[in-house]
Amino acid sequence: MTHFLEFAGIKHYFGAVKAVDGVSLTVKQGEVFSLLGPSGCGKTTLLRICAGFQHPQEGRVILNGVDITELPPEKRKVNTVFQNYALFPHLDVFENIAFGLRIAKRSAVDVRQEVERMLDLTDMTEHARKRVVELSGGQKQRVAIARALVNRPQVLLLDEPLAALDLKLRQRMLVQLDSLHDEVGITFLYVTHDQGEAMSISDTIAVMNRGKVEQTGSPAEIYEAPRSSFVAAFIGDTNFFDGVVKEIDGDYSLVAIEGLGAVRVFNDKQLKVGGAVHLSLRPEKIHLTVAEPPAESSRNISRGEVEEIIYLGSATKYWVRVGDYRLAVNRVHRRFGLDEKPIRWKDLVWLSWHSDDGYMLERYSEADEELLSLPDTETETEPLAVDGDSHE
Amino acid sequence: MKRSLFPGLTLVFCLVFFYLPLAVVVVGSFNDSRFGGDWRGFTLKYYNQLLRDREIRGALENTLVIAFWSTLTCMVLGTMAAFALHRHRSRLQFFHLSLIYSPLVAPEILMGISLLLFFGAVGADLGMTTIYLGHVTFCLSYVAMTVLGRLQDFDFSLIDAARDLGASSWTATRKILLPVIAPGIIAGGLLAFTLSLDDFVVTFFLSGAGSKTLPIYIYSSIKRGSTTKLNALSAILLVVTFLVVIISHFTAGRLDRSEKTKEAKASG
Repeated sequence: MTHFLEFAGIKHYFGAVKAVDGVSLTVKQGEVFSLLGPSGCGKTTLLRICAGFQHPQEGRVILNGVDITELPPEKRKVNTVFQNYALFPHLDVFENIAFGLRIAKRSAVDVRQEVERMLDLTDMTEHARKRVVELSGGQKQRVAIARALVNRPQVLLLDEPLAALDLKLRQRMLVQLDSLHDEVGITFLYVTHDQGEAMSISDTIAVMNRGKVEQTGSPAEIYEAPRSSFVAAFIGDTNFFDGVVKEIDGDYSLVAIEGLGAVRVFNDKQLKVGGAVHLSLRPEKIHLTVAEPPAESSRNISRGEVEEIIYLGSATKYWVRVGDYRLAVNRVHRRFGLDEKPIRWKDLVWLSWHSDDGYMLERYSEADEELLSLPDTETETEPLAVDGDSHE
Repeated sequence: MKRSLFPGLTLVFCLVFFYLPLAVVVVGSFNDSRFGGDWRGFTLKYYNQLLRDREIRGALENTLVIAFWSTLTCMVLGTMAAFALHRHRSRLQFFHLSLIYSPLVAPEILMGISLLLFFGAVGADLGMTTIYLGHVTFCLSYVAMTVLGRLQDFDFSLIDAARDLGASSWTATRKILLPVIAPGIIAGGLLAFTLSLDDFVVTFFLSGAGSKTLPIYIYSSIKRGSTTKLNALSAILLVVTFLVVIISHFTAGRLDRSEKTKEAKASG
């Protein structure tokens, strides 16, 4: 079934705040679907609407062909893993997991069997009789998952499940969540503000901003082909450019970027001459070399001065001044780093990138200006004077 | 580092200051001497006399009946008041809180006088019922305050979680909220019980014929000058009060400890 869980035209305002502002989404059965966005983008409200804690002012929630919008939380076949886990402090691990089954008045044998199955699945068998306060963060998280899964929900809702854990544990739990999903095959609706988490666990990501969905797609689609400047900036780092199409050359266009020069870009938006271009170029797509790269028609080459260097171990991040722009460049260390002659501040370097690697954005929001990851210089003039109209 | 003697000395001094008078009473209750003073040998006869004294037994019964019912009433009403104060926040919140607080800080004699005047105005006969009502008025605040404290620490996402797992709103309250805040209700109840047990001022104003409680009885016997039985009575009261305080400490302490562990984990 392709429309297993469907949000149709959901609107929910808190006073003047448009928490969710007309969201329509469809989630496939068995997939991990992430709602990704900064805090206040409406993702948690949407999850709470799905769980039944909030009633949307407009729109419907349809689960497996049934309209569940009017059902109270206890009547919905969805279960939630809360951000703070919300484990019952007066019950031990076993009884926490058994809670849903006991409410459903299942037989004692059933309860024991099901809870033991979940304890086994989450690797918590030896802690069954521990009190909640005796558990570590990761263990609490596993109990919260077991407690939700034991009721065999049609959708498991996860509200920032890893946010309270430290980085190492987060990575480990992410892998465990992923394999757990493979094992139980239940649809996951996963809310997070962490793009890394969303990218690694999701089949589909919906990027949300200001109560609206900016883009829905697979992690790779969202990373490589962001629809808006918001998506491009929120998922990973990027360099933005504004320019105007000067020439068309088959599938490619020559774009004049004020303060940088002309660059060649794959024209997948089919822009005409004079059309305004909003371009995103990922830092890892730019090659940084000390020696001049051989000229190729398919590559854009420019020269700039290194202004900032951050060493990350596996890679180094450079900020290179080219004309009016300050470009972020990621250089992965594939060789033994100490053998190379280091690149220093104020060194002149060559940058090159393939014409296919720049990506034209459909929308460029002025309001998202603060998201543009790179600090602009004071001298830069916004090259938006020539405004095209050939794209939506 | 050399440890200072000062804290130890202060502790000893405080303990002596607090407990020496009590120790004198307890020792006196076993002293076979009619007028106290010198030690004349160990005896349990005052305890024996105490048990045979019908007046004392009557006073004890009155005290316990009043303490029991006022505590029970306060646990129910106080918990409800705390809920209302916590859940329904309004602009009058501060006013409501002050109303609940005021019996804690108002001079007891004022409470006694105003209650006496009130019962007089409505034409109620003074007796067990008026004492019971009087005790409820001031014990209520203590229960409401302790429960309110627990509610402020209560994580209401637990209720969401319970409902998410299939519990109705009422079941979630019964199975999650009440058990979690129970230590607060019990601690408030024990506090109310001890307060009611040894209240003198309010009771003094509100008691009528045949409704003498222990504190009133003790006061009137001291005036009559026989203190031997009173030593024994005080010793028993002391033990009972200590027991109640210890129980209350442990029920309240259990939850506090769990919360502290939680905080330590969260910050660590």
